[in-house]
Amino acid sequence: MSDLLIQCTALTKAYGSKLALRDVNLSIGRGRIIGLLGPNGSGKTTLIKLLCGLLQPTRGTLLIDGQGVGVHSKSIISYLPDKMYFADWMKATDLFDLFADFYQDFDRTKAMEMCASLGVNPTDRIKSMSKGTKEKVQLVMVMSRKAQLYLLDEPIAGVDPAARDFILSTILTNYNEEGTVLISTHLISDIEKVLDEVIFLKEGQVMLHNSVDNIRESEGKSVDALFREVFRTIPIEGGNY
Amino acid sequence: MEWKLSDDRPIYLQLYEQLTRRIVSGIYPPGSKLPPVRELAAEAGVNPNTMQRALQQLESDGLAVANRTAGRVVTDDIAAIEAIRYRMAREIIAAFYAAAAELGYTRQEAAALVKEEESL
Repeated sequence: MSDLLIQCTALTKAYGSKLALRDVNLSIGRGRIIGLLGPNGSGKTTLIKLLCGLLQPTRGTLLIDGQGVGVHSKSIISYLPDKMYFADWMKATDLFDLFADFYQDFDRTKAMEMCASLGVNPTDRIKSMSKGTKEKVQLVMVMSRKAQLYLLDEPIAGVDPAARDFILSTILTNYNEEGTVLISTHLISDIEKVLDEVIFLKEGQVMLHNSVDNIRESEGKSVDALFREVFRTIPIEGGNY
Repeated sequence: MEWKLSDDRPIYLQLYEQLTRRIVSGIYPPGSKLPPVRELAAEAGVNPNTMQRALQQLESDGLAVANRTAGRVVTDDIAAIEAIRYRMAREIIAAFYAAAAELGYTRQEAAALVKEEESL
């Protein structure tokens, strides 16, 4: 087992002539909860998709658990995409069957328990569920695996603030202790307390990678406040829009 | 007792202060077992590593002792707890004088106000 869970060196991804990620160097250890933060279009989802092998890097190298992206990395990664990819005629219990087939580390009992505590009826069809409930089902699927790396792309955007707190505590109490959780989000103030580290992405580059308490100590403000300062929108050419 | 976390200071420091207060005020009595890290972290809604850091700080202060079999316990050194209680009380008084000074009271005037409050 390699010490570092994720190691990116000069990782670059271009869509045509547009660079989504530019020379990203990152080292991420185990047993951490990390916030991947950045404004729209800063490369958060691109980075996550590279990590789970849905995209191929244009340049640079990416090692997960000491190996390239492939069969091994896929078996240890539990990925929550930013879009729902399940057929909507299915019930949550059908999805559990599917996951149990695909992933050795899927814990069905845990999934049923999490549904109960999140107030989701697992025999309802996905079609009949609200947006927030669908998100909860997806989260249940992803967190019921005993993975080493959880990649959560915007896991709390669609649910109300009360459910958000509940989902965060679900993440906190259900992630595997040697596992690392990487959460991309805009809702920093909601998740700041549960993070070890944050990564700020700006225009495809890492501009900051530090622990939450180091940032608070050196800046004297919350990560949320720092984010608002760093990424304040400046109107181009003094325009009003 | 609720966990209160403000935005402008390191989280582990705030947790550490609140744990200290719980020990000094007897919520966690001398010699008693502290709840496990995970439980405390879930209660405060924070990362377990952050809570761990706060507990380590308690240990280096001598307020908590890591016990290999029983987990982490509060120190049974009552004098040590009392010393920290005294120091915290002094800090509260210093803060009071500072706030009174902002309102334009001298230390003597502020002290007189405390006496007046006592006799009410």
